[in-house]
Amino acid sequence: MLKKAALTSLWFLFLTFPLLAIRVNTIEHLVEWRWKNMIYVGIGSFVLSLLWQYLLARQASARGPGEGGGSPMRSLYRRILDDRRVRYPLLAACGVFALAFPFLFPSYQTSILTTALLYIVLGLGLNIVVGLAGLLNLGYIAFAAVGAYAYALLNVHFGLGFWAALPIGALLAALFGILLGFPVLRLRGDYLAIVTLGFGEIIRLVLENWNDFSFGPSGISNIPRPGLLGVELNLQQATSYTYYLMIALCLLTILVVNRLQDSRIGRAWIALREDELACEAMGVDKTMAKLTAFALGATWAGMAGVVLAAKTTFINPASFTFLESAMILSIVVLGGMGSIPGVILGALLLMLLPEYLRVFQDYRMLLFGATMVLMMVFRPQGMVPAIRRSYQYRRDEP
Amino acid sequence: MEYFLELFVGGLTRGSIYALIALGYTMVYGIIELINFAHGEIYMIGAFTALIVASVLTLSGFSGVSVLILAAVFAVVYASAYGFTVEKIAYKPLRQAPRLSPLISAIGMSIFLQNYVLLAQTSDFLPFPNLLPQFDFLAPYAAVIGSTELFIIATTAVVMVLLTVLIKFTRMGKAMRATAQDRTMAMLTGVNVNRVISNTFILGSALAALGGVLIASHTGRINFYIGFLAGIKAFTAAVLGGIGSIPGAVLGGLLLGWTESFATGYVSSDYEDVFAFLLLVLVLIFRPAGLLGRTPTGKV
Repeated sequence: MLKKAALTSLWFLFLTFPLLAIRVNTIEHLVEWRWKNMIYVGIGSFVLSLLWQYLLARQASARGPGEGGGSPMRSLYRRILDDRRVRYPLLAACGVFALAFPFLFPSYQTSILTTALLYIVLGLGLNIVVGLAGLLNLGYIAFAAVGAYAYALLNVHFGLGFWAALPIGALLAALFGILLGFPVLRLRGDYLAIVTLGFGEIIRLVLENWNDFSFGPSGISNIPRPGLLGVELNLQQATSYTYYLMIALCLLTILVVNRLQDSRIGRAWIALREDELACEAMGVDKTMAKLTAFALGATWAGMAGVVLAAKTTFINPASFTFLESAMILSIVVLGGMGSIPGVILGALLLMLLPEYLRVFQDYRMLLFGATMVLMMVFRPQGMVPAIRRSYQYRRDEP
Repeated sequence: MEYFLELFVGGLTRGSIYALIALGYTMVYGIIELINFAHGEIYMIGAFTALIVASVLTLSGFSGVSVLILAAVFAVVYASAYGFTVEKIAYKPLRQAPRLSPLISAIGMSIFLQNYVLLAQTSDFLPFPNLLPQFDFLAPYAAVIGSTELFIIATTAVVMVLLTVLIKFTRMGKAMRATAQDRTMAMLTGVNVNRVISNTFILGSALAALGGVLIASHTGRINFYIGFLAGIKAFTAAVLGGIGSIPGAVLGGLLLGWTESFATGYVSSDYEDVFAFLLLVLVLIFRPAGLLGRTPTGKV
């Protein structure tokens, strides 16, 4: 094991040598040698290799005898969460904290938390498409772009307010969802992923290049914040107001997704995810199920987009790149596909951690990428795995 | 007419590069049915390695063809090493997992490699030296075809022929074809499937690195993000020709190159990338199996 780790370390030293140790300055024709990096790589890859082997071995031994089952730690934590006496006070405490947050902390913190909430909504929306229906959508942020631009453009041209734009943005995004859904109905998982990616890029490129329509790469500024029955709000009040708005939208999303999961269409999605052919054979209308998944997923993105435009008061096509879609996807993957608490936890972690640990700011995307790979290898079900609703058969009770 | 020819040659040049990268996609897909999202990044790493090696060599007094050859060799070796490692880390543990898992893992790998290069090197565009030889006899036709273009087209053609020979007539190629047809059966007849998969990744990465060196010499600048767009376009080429089919990848690459070249030349240059994506979406809608691909049938 040590020998293997040493070899791995040597291999990585070789691998990272030209990119990490040498930096060329092509303008002044200088070569900078950074030997210190090599030491970090050597030690780092040695330790990581040991860890990797240990984790793989543990995974193999867990899989070996029988079903494996959950580790005692996890079931303990589940037991605590399922206990009513703990669960409701905990939820209430979270609720009170969330409500009191804008009064306790400066508006900058509130603004950060609002962004995190926005990503919870986006994550839950994508969760419908990816987690429940198993359709990998890599262009999800495009629907948010549709919502955001719908609000911004309607406001610029017709002076429409936030509340009027919210349903319009959502509907328009749903329409785009169906528009994307129709052509890809026949495609299987990985092709679908690429087409959605292409779709997302097309939307962004059109927004960037069609200057007469979307004001091009410079974007649209001075978008009004959400209004409150005509009351004039100062900046701080507006921030708090947006925050409460986001909490409400978040709760609505959680409620709807939760209800959807156990509904007829939710079950159809899960069946579709598990086995498309068998699902069709059981009489599920595949076309309907896929289109509703796309449309409903897009609706939430559209709403989030409208709020995003209202919150930042400025949008441009650069805010809707593939990286954003990838980030939302990693929220869903990290949290646990199909699991609502998982997605919430994932969004809070991925949005808040880099914000408070400034050291990691530069490494943020690097860590996102690494997390996606590691989660797939070691814990594909996510941090908080989704629980399938199951019924126990008891003989003596009817 | 001259404008048409210029666009034609431009499309051919682009298309050759797309074809080189697309081959990596198509070979990997043919064998393990995975879209290797990190393939574009391997190509980018190849280009970066070539740039670094070429700069170091130039500063230590080398010049001319030796720089080109050494830079290309290093690029190919390193890109292959990266391709090999990526497969071992991100895909091999997921052979038995549901289809979505390796795909997500591949996206993660792609983001990781992009940011690795971004942090290790720079986020700016770096000027890439034109290492390719200049041919004097082309001077009269300079408006239509330059030396760089000729070199790229010729290199690609040679590589294609070599690859075809490798796949058709060597033991390794035979093992690869067998694995692509039926992995379990290949294993039963004594093919070392793990090694075949590794070889496929190495081969694909080497081709991508070659494409990286050639296109970087052609466009003259690189940054950490070039792999994303090139990867998507090469994937489009692979799908267009029918993924899993090697002549299909070449055909798809050339068609895509011409589409882009003529569309930007005659329609509008603002929407250069949109044409590629539109082509991809249209192909998948009307002929998901591609031009030379076979339609798979579902089994219960």
